[in-house]
Amino acid sequence: MSAFDSAALRRFVNLFADRVRDRREELTQLDSAIGDADHGINMDRGFSAARAKVADLDADANLGVVAKTVGMTLISTVGGASGPLYGTFFLRLATTFGDRTAVDAADLGAALRAGLEGLVQRGKAVLDDKTMVDAVSPAVDAYDAAAGEGIGPALSAAASAAATGRDRVTPLVARKGRASYLGERSANHQDPGATSSTILLEALRDAVAEG
Amino acid sequence: MKKLINAPDDVVDEALAGMAAAHSDLLRVIEPNVVVRGDAPRSGKVGVISGGGSGHEPMHGGFVGLGMLDAACPGAVFTSPVPDQMLAATKAVDGGAGVLHIVKNYTGDIMNFELAAELAQAEGIEVTSVVIADDVAVQDSLYTAGRRGVGGTVIAEKIVGAAAEEGQDLAAVTALCQKVQDNVRSMGMALTSCTVPAAGKPTFEIGDDEMEIGVGIHGEPGRERRAMATADEITETLLSAVLDDGVVSSGDRVLVFVNGMGGTPLLELYVVYNKVAAMCRDRGLTIERNLIGSYITSLEMAGVSITVLKLDDEMVRLWDAPVHTAALRWGV
Repeated sequence: MSAFDSAALRRFVNLFADRVRDRREELTQLDSAIGDADHGINMDRGFSAARAKVADLDADANLGVVAKTVGMTLISTVGGASGPLYGTFFLRLATTFGDRTAVDAADLGAALRAGLEGLVQRGKAVLDDKTMVDAVSPAVDAYDAAAGEGIGPALSAAASAAATGRDRVTPLVARKGRASYLGERSANHQDPGATSSTILLEALRDAVAEG
Repeated sequence: MKKLINAPDDVVDEALAGMAAAHSDLLRVIEPNVVVRGDAPRSGKVGVISGGGSGHEPMHGGFVGLGMLDAACPGAVFTSPVPDQMLAATKAVDGGAGVLHIVKNYTGDIMNFELAAELAQAEGIEVTSVVIADDVAVQDSLYTAGRRGVGGTVIAEKIVGAAAEEGQDLAAVTALCQKVQDNVRSMGMALTSCTVPAAGKPTFEIGDDEMEIGVGIHGEPGRERRAMATADEITETLLSAVLDDGVVSSGDRVLVFVNGMGGTPLLELYVVYNKVAAMCRDRGLTIERNLIGSYITSLEMAGVSITVLKLDDEMVRLWDAPVHTAALRWGV
């Protein structure tokens, strides 16, 4: 695939909503170990709503409109920290996409980086705080490094890097979010936010591959 | 899971409808899930709103009414509300004198209230925020999201609500809320877990012979898991941590709040208070006011939290001021 278009973005939203639903218990279970046991529930509620809102959009809605619809819906329905964080991520994608209906590999990379910057701004987390940033940040770097090979290979690299990042921080002590209250007891638990954001990047890879 | 519910997804909506039906003299519930004082907005009065996940009842909706909150925003169980709710609440209570947001220190609550404050300010409403972070169980606050907001929130909402009721302006009400935050400390413990309706099973496993010291109000693990102990020993652990945090010293006047976590009988809370009173006496503290009961809960969790506020004359006067809400009522 040489371009990422609105149809791919919609496939991605639907696929991610499906996977969040399938893995809702797993995400909630991870969250109950070090957080407040609602991550899967909240993500499922938000992305089910986002999927429905996107389905209501015109068939020719541009990338910016689709991403903005997802972001606004998440902010209005998810609550917790995930709502503002995932919502901001999609709003930044929307800003970067603008009114285009398709972008090339480099511009998709720029959008993902803008999304990452939104996460960092909203959550004030840095690498090794043991948050979704630890999955998304290496993923965006890996995407950029492979962008010359095209969107598919770059997204594959991104998804792999996200999973590696997610696992890399499992032994660490969380420094942001509710898990941070546990101190040493948060070590050796897989982070729910890093997990759901890895699922997001895998869904993006697979939605594009299906196209 | 055995609960008095119809369906997990309907719990919050049905409970709010029940509240509206029960307390139509005090409040109304508006979309999207905001509990608003019946006579809001009141011209010239600073609005005071708060919000947070459901599951902590009576906080916050039970504190909406005369002399306390003007509106409360309940999220899903244990999940912060969304900005749309705080924006609607802010608009519903704004009487032209600005609105104070009382926010408990949780990452999600902070982010959602921040978004709402930005949106309200964009619509021309003056908004200030005070973050309550009183839980001394969180020790290393430099390397965490900071101390959690727990029992001190109830005390802040009462005192600050009274100040707004008597006509203090936004700057004064905000500064007072910060003063309460600076002088209040809490710590809690759990005997049993709680079960989030949508999750369907207990948030944590705990043995019959174990307790969780320093638990949060969402069943988050605390400082440590310990062998079960007597009420006096537990009270000693909690109150010592609260009193040794550097806020109160011998000779001070204090307000003590012994709070049940949802599944604790009042009988046991008084056993705890008995020890609290003795310890305060030994440390030269005068308990001028107290509050005993389950006001900030974690669903059906059994356990207790102890909150201590260092008092001054103004705070005593505002604590005594009339309040008429679903959960607290005196002086009216």
